[in-house]
Amino acid sequence: MTGTVAAAPLFDCRKAFADELIAMARADERVVVVCNDSVGSSNLVRFREEFPDRLINVGIAEQDLVGVGAGLANGGMLPFVSAAAPFLTGRALEQIKADVAYSHAHVVLCGQSPGMAYGELGPTHHSIEDLSWIRAVADLPVIVPADPAETRAALRWAASYDGPSYLRIGRFAVPSVNPDDLVFEPGRSRQLADGDDVTVIAVGAIVSRALDAAARLREEGIRLRVINMASIEPLDEEAVLRAARETRGVVTAEEATVTGGLGAAVASLLAQHRPTPMRILGVPRTFAPTGSTEFLLGHFGLTADGIAAAARQLAGDGPR
Amino acid sequence: MLTTDGAQAERYLRLRRRLAGSDADEVAATLADLARKVRETDLAMIRRAGLGHIGSDFSVTDILVTLYGAVLSIDPRDPLAADRDRFILSKGHTAGALYAVLAQCGFFPESALETFAGPLSPLNGHPNRTKVPGVETNTGPLGHGFPVAVGVALAAKLSGSPRRTFVVLGDGELQEGSNWEAAMTAGHHGLSALTAVVDRNRLQQGARTEDTKRLEPLADKWVSFGWEVRECDGHDHRRLLAAFAPATGDRPVCVIAHTTKGKGVSFMEDRVEWHHKVPTAEQATAAFEELAR
Repeated sequence: MTGTVAAAPLFDCRKAFADELIAMARADERVVVVCNDSVGSSNLVRFREEFPDRLINVGIAEQDLVGVGAGLANGGMLPFVSAAAPFLTGRALEQIKADVAYSHAHVVLCGQSPGMAYGELGPTHHSIEDLSWIRAVADLPVIVPADPAETRAALRWAASYDGPSYLRIGRFAVPSVNPDDLVFEPGRSRQLADGDDVTVIAVGAIVSRALDAAARLREEGIRLRVINMASIEPLDEEAVLRAARETRGVVTAEEATVTGGLGAAVASLLAQHRPTPMRILGVPRTFAPTGSTEFLLGHFGLTADGIAAAARQLAGDGPR
Repeated sequence: MLTTDGAQAERYLRLRRRLAGSDADEVAATLADLARKVRETDLAMIRRAGLGHIGSDFSVTDILVTLYGAVLSIDPRDPLAADRDRFILSKGHTAGALYAVLAQCGFFPESALETFAGPLSPLNGHPNRTKVPGVETNTGPLGHGFPVAVGVALAAKLSGSPRRTFVVLGDGELQEGSNWEAAMTAGHHGLSALTAVVDRNRLQQGARTEDTKRLEPLADKWVSFGWEVRECDGHDHRRLLAAFAPATGDRPVCVIAHTTKGKGVSFMEDRVEWHHKVPTAEQATAAFEELAR
């Protein structure tokens, strides 16, 4: 299967998030949403209209937000804790570690508008550190859905899993890359394009750009394998090692700092088990300049062109 | 994961039934005896482990003993029963005192206390709910237990559960801002089934609270956050029992329990250095003698 999505219609994952929460709340009265004044930005207005008592707004208080979420889980509810990703993960990291992960509380942490979705608002509002921070916490799955279908599937899985999880809910509009009836499985990736020259492993909004890169390189005779690694923790190690065996090199691409997210996870695995040429695309250890999300993704090479250039280098690096 | 000591749990439940039908004098005498036992056990644990927070443990002991001995609706044979009352120790560094109390209740065998803080022991220096039955949430860093307790109480209100939620906070701990976020949330929602107990011993790790970052007027702070405030001697079991009575109105209850750090051992009492000092063999002997009096 090889897809090209450059001209496809675009969708905001937050609508899928809100739709799925409402569907789950109708079916399960334990479902509650906890937010930090972020009713509008988390797209929770419709949820509040239908379930006014089950939308708990703790106000602008992220430590309280996560602690209250853990307490609601202890009290028998199924809490989805939703806040802008930079504040949820940055302000409340110790609560995420101690109250949620270490306590093994069934809390679904929903990081809204992650990456550089708040473009021009600047680095205070960017959440590019979250994947490094959250990956460092034990017993906490890290999920980055690529489109609305995967957002819904990941939410359904997180509701069914008796433990904590962190989901990134994208704001930047993306094309659909997964089937509507997708079932999310932790530790399982999806191969969206077949190829045996070079592999691109991507997450979130960058997945469709990897597919576009594959379409471009096909015209040059380079066959790109594209893997959607929505489950960063646990990582689909088998798929990564297979890619290293079957292709010349691996490009990773994520809307996050390269210090500890997807690229670091893949590099750590390959360095220890099958050293493989890699290019790790993301945001270097820098604060982003001013610009829209689209501008910033381009600025850091998180585009079909940037991915194609990295893959081209690896394709030319020598024999498999 | 530790498991229930069935025989001890039965003894504990029998004690609870007996106390439910006893007069105030007998209740107070029984709780005093339990408190002595807990302090002795904790002292032995800390001596054996070579670490612990003895001053803080002895400060909070009477609060814990009153709650577990005569207030909390719990069954150690079924530590995750849906409508159990919840107790959260936000000042997680006093895990030693909590473990001694939980063992008395039969949540796990008393013999496990001998492993306290040892290699691979389930009894860490701070409580871990995935290893120790009866622990509701993992605490240690200060300012964590209270927001969780607020969530627990909110869940009870949402689901119509009659259970009560208690959380014990250190006074120095109140310098963490997260507590005031939680206090505001509980006040806003009128969580009258929530009781926050402040172990007001006026000392923190390195100095007096009022010399470090002033807490007074403490009662006024709680009142202004929408709480019903009760103050009492935090070592007087009768007064603690009265203070732990359900809310009189629709506000959550804050009990400011005036305590003495190191209570029960004269050379430890109100001395900042006994926050986490480990007694020598001679000091331990002297302490055991004082506790036995």
